Amino acid sequence: MNNTELLPHLFRTEYRKIVSVLYKHFGFEHPEIAEDIASETFLTAAETWGLKGLPDNPIAWLYTVARNRAKDHLKRNKLFDEKISPALQLSHEDVREFDIDLSDQHIKDSQLQLMFAICQPVIPAEAQISLSLRILCGFGIDEIADAFLTSKSTINKRLFRAKDKLREEKVKIEFPPISQLGGRLQAVLTTLYLLFNEGYYSSSQDCVLRKELCLEAMRLTILLLENEPTNLPETNALMALMCFHSSRFDARTDEQGEMIRYDDQDSSLWNQELIRKGEYYLNLSSKGGINKYHLEAAIAYWHTVKNDTTEKWENILQLYNRLLQIAYSPAAALNRTFALYKARGAQEAIIEAEKLKLNDNHLYHVLLGHLYTGIDKATAANHLQTALKLAKTAAEKSRINKDLEQLC
Amino acid sequence: MNEFLLLFRKNEPEGAPKPSPEQMQNSMKLWMDWLGGIAAQNKLVSNGNRLYNDGVTVSPDEIVTNGPYVEIKELIGGYSIIRAESQEEAVELSKGCPILKVGGSVEVRMIMPM
Repeated sequence: MNNTELLPHLFRTEYRKIVSVLYKHFGFEHPEIAEDIASETFLTAAETWGLKGLPDNPIAWLYTVARNRAKDHLKRNKLFDEKISPALQLSHEDVREFDIDLSDQHIKDSQLQLMFAICQPVIPAEAQISLSLRILCGFGIDEIADAFLTSKSTINKRLFRAKDKLREEKVKIEFPPISQLGGRLQAVLTTLYLLFNEGYYSSSQDCVLRKELCLEAMRLTILLLENEPTNLPETNALMALMCFHSSRFDARTDEQGEMIRYDDQDSSLWNQELIRKGEYYLNLSSKGGINKYHLEAAIAYWHTVKNDTTEKWENILQLYNRLLQIAYSPAAALNRTFALYKARGAQEAIIEAEKLKLNDNHLYHVLLGHLYTGIDKATAANHLQTALKLAKTAAEKSRINKDLEQLC
Repeated sequence: MNEFLLLFRKNEPEGAPKPSPEQMQNSMKLWMDWLGGIAAQNKLVSNGNRLYNDGVTVSPDEIVTNGPYVEIKELIGGYSIIRAESQEEAVELSKGCPILKVGGSVEVRMIMPM
């Protein structure tokens, strides 16, 4: 890897580690310090390596610069503090001894603790995801904006408000006490689940970016699995779900980045290694009670079974029945109806579909259009036309247009 | 939206043969399909509980009778709570209940908010 490739690569892998450790050290009271020092470190690397060539050990070099910058900052801060509040001083000794611990273990601990600090119901879910992407994954503002299909200034404001709130609430970067672990872990898992979904279901056309969101969600879930107290059945269930879903990554988009529906996918492109990993985590998850991640993972498992049998769809239907009873969502309601159609036929599915009354949802009309195809062409066309009106993105519209063409 | 308690009553003659595991599984599937259908409309508040047949009834004169079905001809087998605009809608949702296919009944009662 040459100089120009190495730095972006290291930025991807090391920025988040450095920034996590710095956050752990400086806390949310001055959130800009951690990010400034981490950014300056990479800026210095870009300048110095460009002039003098690569150091022998680039990672160690980055860590040393980050450590020195942090020390400089603390010294400057000390001078400032000495003038205004002499009572609150570190001695010179303390500054000399002060060091940033960039050992593997401390990096991991800092990242985990930050995860718990960021995934807090005190800030909105979107802000939790954006902040995770920024701090835990080292994403740029423009990438986060692309992922959410919004502007950079919206993301900047969102991040600013979130950090402000964490500071206001005096959120500490630490592990929750064991007694609170269950509830706090739920919040972390929810954010990772949403982060994954943002990548998996987002309407952003950027395939590479979407895949990266999913991989980042999986990487953070692995951090939780490697840490004994958070390696719980539901964490394994979430990991299983992510593995099963991502096994279809290469099969679900064409060269233009357009979505290919499940039924039309080339199943030879499904990644068998990820499917096996999913099965491994699903087995590990079976020790605890059933929650929505187990059910979703089991549904995703059945989707990796290639043969389209009644048994497969009957199983999927029963899993959706149970999932809906503990966690309703319009998507689950629509998917249940689709499973009902595959298991029992269009007539029965139409009766159930029409009870859903999700009239503002374009996917509802796509489903009804699909169910009526072959039964009542005019009704099918009506639903697809309505879906076309309600669809928001160009990709969705183009897919519905294809359905309409096929119908005629 | 109001909430309604659905009380499932079944007509089980004493000494009736126990259902086979297969029958149990089929019956379970019917219940899950029905509850899943209500949940898919976002109208399930709680799938509630199923009840054992055995039980006792305590009366004011402190006589404890064995059997929960003193005054009631049919045995209460369980309950669920649903959400509906009106009594009519709650009744409509109850019509798919599998207990109706085996001679049972569903009592629909609106829950009084406290």
